[in-house]
Amino acid sequence: MPSVRFRLNGAEIEVDADPDRSLLDILRGQLGMTGPHFGCGAGECGACNVIISDRAVSACDTPLWSVAGKDVTTIEGLGTSERPHPLQRAFIAEQALQCGYCVSGILMSAAALLKKNPSPTSREVKEALDRNLCRCGSHNRMVRAVLRAAEEMAAG
Amino acid sequence: MNQPAPAPSPPVLPVSLAANPKLSAWLKFSSTGQVAISPGKVEIGQGIVTALAQIAADELDIDLSRVQMIRASTAASPNEGVTSGSLSIQQSGRALRHACAEVRRIFLQQAAERLGVDIDALDVEDGTISGPGNVRTSYWELAEEVSLDRDATPGTTPKIASRRALAGNSIQRLDIPDKVLGRPRFIHDQALAGMLHGCVLRPENARAKLTELKEDGVRAVAGLVAVVRDGSFAGVVSETEHAAEAALNALRKGASWSDGEPLPDENDLASFLKAQPSESTTIDKKTAASPGTATRTIRRQYTRPYIAHASIAPSCAMAQWDGDRVHVWTHSQGVYLLRADLALVLRLPVENITVEHMEGAGCYGHNAADDVALDAVLLAKAANGRPVRVQWSRQGEMSDAPFGAAMAIEIEADLDAQGEIIDWRHSIWSNGHAARPGRAAQPALLAGFELADPFPRMISTNPPQANGGGGDRNSVPLYDFPSWHIESHRLTTMPIRTSALRTLGGQGNVFAIESILDEIAAERGEDPIAFRLRHLRDERAKDVIRAVAARAKWKPEKQPGIGHGVAFARYKNTGAYCAAIAEIEGAEEISVRKLTLAVDVGEAINPDGVINQIEGGAIQATSWVLKERVRFDRQRITSTSWTEYPILRFSEVPDVEVEVIQRSDMDPVGAGEAAHGPVTAAIANAVFDALGVRVRDLPITRDRIIAAMELTS
Repeated sequence: MPSVRFRLNGAEIEVDADPDRSLLDILRGQLGMTGPHFGCGAGECGACNVIISDRAVSACDTPLWSVAGKDVTTIEGLGTSERPHPLQRAFIAEQALQCGYCVSGILMSAAALLKKNPSPTSREVKEALDRNLCRCGSHNRMVRAVLRAAEEMAAG
Repeated sequence: MNQPAPAPSPPVLPVSLAANPKLSAWLKFSSTGQVAISPGKVEIGQGIVTALAQIAADELDIDLSRVQMIRASTAASPNEGVTSGSLSIQQSGRALRHACAEVRRIFLQQAAERLGVDIDALDVEDGTISGPGNVRTSYWELAEEVSLDRDATPGTTPKIASRRALAGNSIQRLDIPDKVLGRPRFIHDQALAGMLHGCVLRPENARAKLTELKEDGVRAVAGLVAVVRDGSFAGVVSETEHAAEAALNALRKGASWSDGEPLPDENDLASFLKAQPSESTTIDKKTAASPGTATRTIRRQYTRPYIAHASIAPSCAMAQWDGDRVHVWTHSQGVYLLRADLALVLRLPVENITVEHMEGAGCYGHNAADDVALDAVLLAKAANGRPVRVQWSRQGEMSDAPFGAAMAIEIEADLDAQGEIIDWRHSIWSNGHAARPGRAAQPALLAGFELADPFPRMISTNPPQANGGGGDRNSVPLYDFPSWHIESHRLTTMPIRTSALRTLGGQGNVFAIESILDEIAAERGEDPIAFRLRHLRDERAKDVIRAVAARAKWKPEKQPGIGHGVAFARYKNTGAYCAAIAEIEGAEEISVRKLTLAVDVGEAINPDGVINQIEGGAIQATSWVLKERVRFDRQRITSTSWTEYPILRFSEVPDVEVEVIQRSDMDPVGAGEAAHGPVTAAIANAVFDALGVRVRDLPITRDRIIAAMELTS
């Protein structure tokens, strides 16, 4: 079996698997990392979004081979309960979800946005999250939470 | 002669507590300072677990951090039926409030005895019971000597509203930290020891039968554990999820199917619905004391399409056999009801089946959660005692799960010479809106219809009016028209599988009633809010309408391309009051810019939770109205992906403002389904305000607006 090396949440890792398999399948199956969620398997809902080299990407239609040598960050690498990311704190403060199944992907899209654009407008947040679907209707709270996190990060 | 005053009616237990009277079923104290609370209702993304924890902590006088909420399981939980109908606060909340109040009293009696002080001199603070002379004990100290294996009794009085410390406050939800930190909390993220993965093969064409299955291809796929076939039910069990998907693909190549059964014309749903055999019921009839003279009749037809639940997660379940006993993990809305249906299919006593709840993605009604549980149970039979996890595909979720039923609604209003409504006739044609498991002598689970010895396909029915009705939900007007006749025609054929989706028929009926009212008011040249207020007698109804009007500064000045519309309903005519004002923009293509809502749910246990539910309901309804429609050709469902079944995206979501009228002294009711009807009609009425056309067929798309314009011109 060929192996693919990449950095996952900051740690070097080597995965023995068919390189054509999806990154999501490897993360959730082989690596037991269940933060990225399966939603559609076709890159249409964003529930499985991860950050690959600063870009939010759906892991379900990203082949394993394509992340060789790259940096992959999942929700598990965004923050911890001891040191949550400002976005995670803001989502709690704004109670910005209902069921929360889509939220790990949305947090990754938002994190990629804030890295590129630390003080987005509400319209820019919506645009950045437009490929993420939420069925419960928590969109406005999520946008507020992202703006709140941006402010908090700007204030240091 | 004076009649003797009627004797006061004896106190009764809340309905869920009467059905499950043993106090120990609801709560247990540990000696380590915790209390385990076991509701029979489940978290489906609505935040119910937090609201119930608030109620329990309040009544017991303990800190919320001491409350441990137990997931429902048929092994131990009270049987509260199904988590649906916006009834969890009403049923579970009241039962817990009463049970905790009684338990508090039982502990105080025990403490009074032990401490030798009068019970009325005792006080409870965070579980510590203290009295005069600095005497003290606690729930946790007394836990061993107080047995709660006794039945609740009527007559215990819970705290008055002003003495509640937690209920009425926006406490942060208990489940949210896990969810934003990506900790495994969903059933989808659980891994049992030795777990295998299964996939079920289903036909593309509706109800096609499996005529031949060649297994040689699938046998060669790595990781295969078993191929299962029973009639038209077929599936694979493999070592990993990836291997199971590969095996399923191979199995599909070896399968031959019959043609299946024809589907209706998706572009002429009203004709289809009206032509089917049906069972007709008079829902309500009101006769005028002195009938007026009609000078004119307005007759309008409204339709709504089939609507998919379309949760972001496909349904998932796990099952494990041990001899002739099976354990099932599910995100079903009703663990006992699912168990009853599993027992029917498996021909086993219910005692052999344990069904345990685990959280799934947002649930908006009867989706595939129960179906996938039976899939897992059937596949796990071939797993030699190892647990099997089954997760449906996106395509399966969008085509094989039950849909919200399509509806055709006709309203005829007779008007007198002054343009006042003097008679009102409302007719509904629709499949039933409920085919939930556990309620009939036959199972409602998909695989049950596919077995070699199949159960008959269940035809959806409607809950009785006393429970809010189904297709007829919200069809009886709350307005004081002098006479009316409401009838419902429930189809007795069901080519497209339907069951409960948020509001059942409520969304369609409120859309129809509030649209035609708007039309009549406009024709009279009367303000639609004044018109509604003039026809309502219930002050709580009027209050939400007045509140939303004030909040939205009704009626904003007319601007080109912008429209405003208003609508109102009381969910099920017995639940939450909700009024909505929509602001839309556009011409042929419209966008909803803003929704303003006012809501009265009685006592709002967690006001932010109520706002979250109303906001979410309003946004989901906007998605239904602007975009959603299950698509099909004459053979199969074709809207099987997010491309073919689009829902509202971030950039399309309106601003939503919600005002909650807090009524702490009124019984609490649920909020999850209050917004859908009013928002639907408010958007349609705003479209008329902006464009001068009435769109009476949902969804309100570009094509429908153009068609309505052509009809008007």
